[in-house]
Amino acid sequence: MIAAIAFYILATVAIASAFMVVASRNPVHSVMFLILTFFSAAGLFILMGAEFLALLLIMVYVGAVAVLFLFVVMMLDVDFAELKKGFLSYAPIGAIIAGILLIEMITLGAAYFSDGGRPLVVTDGTMSNLEAFGAVLYTKYAGAFEAAGFILLVAMIGAIVLTLREREGVRRQDANAQMARTRKDGVELVDIEPGQGLG
Amino acid sequence: MVIGLSHYLIVAAMLFIIGVFGIFVNRKNVIVILMCIELILLAVNINFVAFSTHMPAAPGVNPIDGQIFSLFILTVAAAEAAVGLAILVVYFRNRGNIQVEDADLMKG
Repeated sequence: MIAAIAFYILATVAIASAFMVVASRNPVHSVMFLILTFFSAAGLFILMGAEFLALLLIMVYVGAVAVLFLFVVMMLDVDFAELKKGFLSYAPIGAIIAGILLIEMITLGAAYFSDGGRPLVVTDGTMSNLEAFGAVLYTKYAGAFEAAGFILLVAMIGAIVLTLREREGVRRQDANAQMARTRKDGVELVDIEPGQGLG
Repeated sequence: MVIGLSHYLIVAAMLFIIGVFGIFVNRKNVIVILMCIELILLAVNINFVAFSTHMPAAPGVNPIDGQIFSLFILTVAAAEAAVGLAILVVYFRNRGNIQVEDADLMKG
């Protein structure tokens, strides 16, 4: 009973905030609603018994991706009122596409459950979620795990290469130039005759 | 009242549809389009976890596999967001705005 109440609260919050991501005028609010959506989804994951993924979702999305979005939204000086102008003119075509997708999914679900539903057994509790994860992640899926790490590396290098730029007229510290300096081209000793000055 | 697989699938379907709707509605704002893609991937993740945790016990089937796949989707989604936002920053630097409709230089 409590699980059902929790499910409906979390599901309602998730869907409402997902809608607000799309509908809100200010992109900063959109990011905040995205965070709320992911929090609610993490709650749904916990309800399903996937605690590890729930916490991972919060760490990856709220801790990294949402901050990245916020950073970009605030860094770009964009007139967001201008960007929102076409909202209503595009709403009908969007609604049509969404409606078609909804009908497809309902048909598919109805076909799947039409034979009274498959016998659904929640997985047995002999192993904790994290144990079950670790048992296969580093053995059966070790190659895929390495590939995922490589994808992250490529994404990191790609993002850095894309946004790196050389600016003109900026004084930077050049360690090589500093190290290559010798006493000869750094200091000049001048023997000044008395009463004449440097002239 | 038992919350079963179909409940979670319905939530995921609604999130997916909101994401697709958002891509069509926010034609101009690339940041919101990226957020909608994140919503779609979240819906897929919910589907994977729901099927994984509600899967009937069968020989030779490890129900955790769905969650493992969900983990990889999470990885790819994070990488995609990073690269997408980097492209967005470069685009803004060159053009001074982020309107999708202006991105038609390749149009013949």
